[in-house]
Order: sequence, then structure tokens, then C-alpha cells
Amino acid sequence: MDDLYRDEILEHYRRPHNFGTLPEPDAVYEGSNPLCGDRITLMLGVTEEGVVEDVAFTGRGCAISQASASMLTDEIKGKSLDEVARLGSDAVLDSLGIEISPARLKCALLSLDTLRRALSDRVAWQASTETPAV
Amino acid sequence: MDRPHALDATTIRADFPIFERDFGGRTLAYLDSAATSLKPRVVSDAVHDYNVRYSANIHRGIYTIAEEATAAFERARAKVGRFLNARDSHEIVFVRNATEAINLVAYSWGRRNIGAGETVVLTELEHHANLVPWQLLAQEKDANLEFVPIDDEGRLVRETYEALLARGPRLVAFTHVSNGLGTINPVREMVDQAHAAGALVLVDGAQAVPHGPVDVQALDADFYVFSGHKVLAPTGSGALWARRELLEEMPPFLTGGDMIREVHLRQSEFNDVPWKFEAGTPDIAAAIGLGAALDYLDAIGMDRVREHERQLTAYALELLPREVPGIVLYGPTTASERAGIVTFNLPDVHPHDVATLLDREAIAVRAGHHCTQPLHERIGEAATARASFNVYSGQDDIERLVEGLKKVQRIFGRSDGHVSPERDVHQEEATAVAGAAR
Ligand SMILES: Cc1ncc(COP(=O)(O)O)c(C=O)c1O
Repeated sequence: MDDLYRDEILEHYRRPHNFGTLPEPDAVYEGSNPLCGDRITLMLGVTEEGVVEDVAFTGRGCAISQASASMLTDEIKGKSLDEVARLGSDAVLDSLGIEISPARLKCALLSLDTLRRALSDRVAWQASTETPAV
Repeated sequence: MDRPHALDATTIRADFPIFERDFGGRTLAYLDSAATSLKPRVVSDAVHDYNVRYSANIHRGIYTIAEEATAAFERARAKVGRFLNARDSHEIVFVRNATEAINLVAYSWGRRNIGAGETVVLTELEHHANLVPWQLLAQEKDANLEFVPIDDEGRLVRETYEALLARGPRLVAFTHVSNGLGTINPVREMVDQAHAAGALVLVDGAQAVPHGPVDVQALDADFYVFSGHKVLAPTGSGALWARRELLEEMPPFLTGGDMIREVHLRQSEFNDVPWKFEAGTPDIAAAIGLGAALDYLDAIGMDRVREHERQLTAYALELLPREVPGIVLYGPTTASERAGIVTFNLPDVHPHDVATLLDREAIAVRAGHHCTQPLHERIGEAATARASFNVYSGQDDIERLVEGLKKVQRIFGRSDGHVSPERDVHQEEATAVAGAAR
């Protein structure tokens, strides 16, 4: 078997965790990698205390991008936004646990980039309590 | 029918040093020639020779090596002219690549000749290089762009083309061969129809020149462009061919040294064509390399190149669906209608994953939208994988591709090659847009 496509990655690709939509998300963000057509939509449910209580994503892309979205959404569930904001690309690459070539780095980090854009806007959507901002 | 004497890929490979390189115990199966071709030793030798023996600037010095460099550069121009069967080698303008050639026409001819409300006809097959320059021109001039659609096999819909011509466009610009699907367009017929409707025609030959004989007089277009790097030549070489009268009338594109006859402080007189369009020191080595590449191909014979690629394409179109369960092929179903380009997808495996896994077997294919995003929207795929051929490609490359794809299917799925992510991949379509995110 190929080490890059180790079973855990393929498992996440076939049966991604947190795949789907949230009925009433507090934030919805889309990310895409125009070069290869990978797309993800990330939805966050955040408590008033600023804890990610629910997260879901949909999208389409290669095994690397989908597996990393699946793992990342697992990772952030239950964490505070501050903790989430500290997640770096190393954390994502570590949980993938494989050697990613420069050409594939964008695939691996698409979900993190999308999450980061969501966080950088958080002031906007945290300010409005009920309605999904953005 | 008289078939030209077949090419032997093994013999040809001996001319390409890259096949001596070891890729983890294997030789390279290079199936991305549509992106750029490999280079034969004669080309790198010609470039090297210029760099070490007579690396002078052209059209300036009055000493031996400058005269040698100028002569070699102009000989290369003459070779391009002969290769395309141009009437006159002054109709060949050296540029960096097809993209620059199209931009040259859009800026120089287009800005002067396309006015508000006028129409440029393009097609759904176009490479971004033959789309974006026209979008900018249309925006600047408030002109219209119209598009000839394709049918489900990737052929242009001729009825729509005729209907669009009836609106009296100023220019029609389309690709000779589609880099996305391999479709060979009926250039001469389309040119005749465009001329009858009063339009000029630009043909993007980037994928045609490498794959078969091109005769610009027989095609009768007004502009024809190609990139050297896809025709065994170095990057940085390319050409615009245009009818001389057109070049004479067109204003310069880039300006500065070399493209002038006389310069005064407040105005200048331009050089003759083609030099009027060659401002600044060009990529001399690359142009000389292009001349060497065309000599090499001439010695093989472009009709044999075409026949070689037709056979390989036919072999791939037959072998892939038979050996690789579920594979989806795009483009015309018969090899005679397409150049050496085979675009495909495996069900439920993203082409990036396909390309990464094939790379581990030293098989190079392209994955993505191949700079044809609108075409990919049309065929309903964000990305595809593409195998493309050149003179050094052989049946063994296609057999390695088949074995590689079987391995991809083994890794991704069950042994019957059936993969099915257990989720509703269409669900995402229902998810609406959101966010400040793009
Ligand atoms: C049909 C077509 N047109 C234009 C181009 C642009 O070529 P270049 O990038 O060399 O300018 C390409 C290259 O991929 C092509 O395939």
C-alpha cells in the first residue's frame, strides 16, 4: 500500500466525519482552490462563550483535501475559538501524518485556510447573536 | 491509403537525454507533452553552442560573433517560416510563447480594429490564453464576445458558428486543436466561412504545430500562433505568423530598442516587419533552439508524427476503457478526429490523487483544468486527468498508464476497482453560498 494514501486518509475520504450541513450555523464560509477545483463549505455553530459546539463541511476534492477537512473538523469541535485560532498548518499536516509535496500543500491546507478566514471575520459574526452573520 | 513509415519510439528516445535519467529504477513515462514537450539533445546542443561559442547580441555588433548570432537568429526565423509554409519569413514574428502572440494581436490589431458594439467570436474550447486577452479588449472597447458551443463529444457546433457569423463579427479566434479534449477543428472550412462573413481569423496552433503538418497558406487564416516549448524547443521561443499586409498595417506592441529605424526625442520611425514587433533583446538562444527543433522534426516528417500519434491515441482509446473499469473518457471517440491528447477521469478518485499515485510509478500526467476552466464547466467536471503524446511516446507508456490506473483503483477501492465514498457528494450542491469568503 502507498504510504501517502494510508488507510486512515482513505477512511476519512470515504466516510468523512462532520460531512453535511448545520441547520442554523453561526458562520458559513466557502473556500476553493481554483487551480484544481477543490471546494469546501464550512459551517460553525459557536456558543455564546465562544466554543465551537458544532461544525460541518461539504465539498468536493481530492483525498488529501477531504481527509484534512474531516480531521480538522474533528479537531476543532469542543474547542474555544481562541484555541482554534492557534491551530497552525503544522497541526494539520501532523494529523495527516504524511509527506505532502509542495504541489499538494494547497489541497492539504484548504480547510484550514477557510477556517482561518472564518475566524478573522469572527468579530463580525459574533457581534450579531442570533442571525447567521455573513 | 498510404500510411507513412511508422515511428519507433525506442529509437527516438535515444535522442532525448531525459530518458537516461533514473526514476527509482524506472525510466520516465512522460505523458504531459501537451503542457510542454521534452527536448532532444540537438536542441540543447544548439542552445549551448550559442551560449559558449557566439553569445553576442543580434542586429547590432559589427564583429564576427555578432554577425554569427544575427545570422543564426534569422535562419531560425526562416526555418519557422518554412515549417509553417509561410509565403515569406518576414511574416514570422518571434515572441516568447503563444500567449504573448495572442496578446500582441489583441493589443496591436485588436485595439485599432475592434470598436464599441462590435463582436469577436470565440469557442468554448479555448485555452485561457485565447480568452482572457479578448475579455480585456472587449471590456476596454465595449465590444461583445460570443462563443461557439461544443457538442457532447467536444466538436464545435457548426450551426451556431454560422449563426454567429451572420452577425458580422470583426474577428473569429479559435484553437486548431483543443488542449482539453484533443479535438481537431476543421480550420480551413471555418476560415472560409469567417472570411465570407467579412471576419478575420486568428488560429491558436499551440497544440497543432507539435502534432502534425501545418500549412498556413492552405489554412488561409490571418493570424496563426504557437509556442516553441511544445514543439521540442526551449521555453521562451514562440511565433506569431500573420499575413504581411496585416503586419505592415498594425501598430507596434512593445516598444523600445530594436523595433525602430530612427529615434528622435519626440517621435520615432519604426522598423520593418517583423522587427517592428520585436522590441528589446529577444531570447536568442531559444529561437536558435527552436530552429534546431524544427530541423529535427523535419527530418522525421510531420506526417509521420501525426500518424504515430493517431495510432497511439487509437490504442489508448481502445485499451483504457477495456482495462480500467469505469474510466470516463472525454472528447471525440475516434482517433482520426483528435490529436495525441486523451482526457479522462476515474470514478470517485480525484485527478490529483490519480496524478500523485502515477507519479510514484514515474508516470507524468496532467491533473486539473488544463487552463480551460470554461470547458471544464461545460463538461461538468472541476478537473480531469490528461495523457498527451509526442514523438517519443510509445505503446509502452500507455500500458504503464493502464497498470498505474489499476493500481490507483486498488489503493482507492475494492479489488474490483469499484470505489464509492459513502456520502452524498451532491449534497454540497444544495448548500448555498455564504460568507465573505470567495
Ligand atoms: C491550446 C493552447 N493555447 C495556448 C497555450 C498557451 O501556451 P503558452 O503557455 O506557451 O503561451 C496552450 C498551452 O497550454 C495551449 O494548449
